[in-house]
Amino acid sequence: MFGLSPDIWRPIILTLELASLTTAILLVVATPIAWWLARSHSWWAEIVASVVALPLVLPPTVLGFYLLVMLGPDGPGGAIASLWGARTLAFSFTGLVIGSVIYSLPFVVQPIRNAFAAMGDRPMEAAATLRASPWRAFWTVAVPLARPGFLTGAILGFAHTVGEFGVVLMIGGNIPGVTKVLSVAIFDFVETSRWPEAHALAAGMVVFSFVVILSMSFVEKRMGRLSS
Amino acid sequence: MRSLALAVILTLAALPARAGSTHVAVAANFTQAAQEIARAFKAASGHDAVLSFGASGALYAQITQGAPYEVLLSADEERPRQAVAAGLALGETRFTYAIGRLALWSRDGRAAQGEAALRAGGSGKIAIANPASAPYGGAAIETLKALKLYDELSPRLVQGASIAQTFQFAETGNAELAFVALAQVIGRSDGSRWLVPASLHRPILQDAALLKTGAGKEAARAFLAFLKGPQARAIIERHGYEAGAGN
Repeated sequence: MFGLSPDIWRPIILTLELASLTTAILLVVATPIAWWLARSHSWWAEIVASVVALPLVLPPTVLGFYLLVMLGPDGPGGAIASLWGARTLAFSFTGLVIGSVIYSLPFVVQPIRNAFAAMGDRPMEAAATLRASPWRAFWTVAVPLARPGFLTGAILGFAHTVGEFGVVLMIGGNIPGVTKVLSVAIFDFVETSRWPEAHALAAGMVVFSFVVILSMSFVEKRMGRLSS
Repeated sequence: MRSLALAVILTLAALPARAGSTHVAVAANFTQAAQEIARAFKAASGHDAVLSFGASGALYAQITQGAPYEVLLSADEERPRQAVAAGLALGETRFTYAIGRLALWSRDGRAAQGEAALRAGGSGKIAIANPASAPYGGAAIETLKALKLYDELSPRLVQGASIAQTFQFAETGNAELAFVALAQVIGRSDGSRWLVPASLHRPILQDAALLKTGAGKEAARAFLAFLKGPQARAIIERHGYEAGAGN
């Protein structure tokens, strides 16, 4: 593909697949959590918010170690895997998706929660006085108003998954086309003294990350102007 | 008062060479043996050996970028040779300190069946160290090829970044079987193992060398000398290696 060797493009494709699927799942999972966290006044909310935020501060080795145990035959992952005759969810694309969703969750929940919180109670109250059902009000009022939060969350979740390394290294098993993502491929190239390839991928990551951060500030500027 | 100070200085000067410390980069498979050797070295010489563990490839990449290691205990002979060729290590100090043995390990009784465990079929993963960066991974591939099982089993292979991680995959049960260093499992009473016949792969010669950074350090040279001595050789053999060159 584009004259590149499979060693280069396979990890790129795989990483994009992983990040896209993870982001899609995260938007579905994070939205109700963010909504509840933004609206709830219960002290439980702060405890749940702290649990969701844990991957921000935990070293990837902690997550990787727990995931390795949880995905394996001694944990729930092994029980699920046994449904189709496998002994573990580790070393599989599914396993990486599970790990990435947990690892990137706070990056998606936080911006969406902030957007819901910034909106305040009034739009929903106004919708209720117009006899909109809560479900309808949520989709036609809250979600459009929180659009910048969704966009920021999606970009951050995607980028953070692309940049994931420690967790994947610990649960992936380095299988080309299945679990060998970009960051692991770079690690491999460095370890095996294939530095031209390492440079190519690493430079690509620098450019990618720069574009992500730049586009984030554009999103914030534009959306900020639109909503004010 | 002055004479007391003088006495103290004279006493200190009369002590044998003052204790120093040296920073040693150690291949992951040699972790336990190296820790024991470092303790014995401390007791014998007073010097501290500060150990850093990793895959040989990772350690070598760090050394090319000026890592502060003074001694390299690699899991292969290739990287110390490269280090000498690149002017990073002193050629005359290079020697084989241990010859590694490959073992197949599982946390159940399976691995004890040896070759039959590999021929039994199934879909469970088989963990090997990354053959591109870890010699035990290369030896595992050679073994599978010698047994004419490589084509059949390659879809079941998963790779650990180092031999330590490879063992972890099997220890947590995520992999059914793992090709590891005998040294990693020789002290374990749980699980089962099969010592892979040495005839199935090229010998895993583990070489050491003094790095340029350690050329002027007494503790670094003393550590390498100690590694060749009878005490270290006994530790090396007890940990499941054949000892290499001696004094």
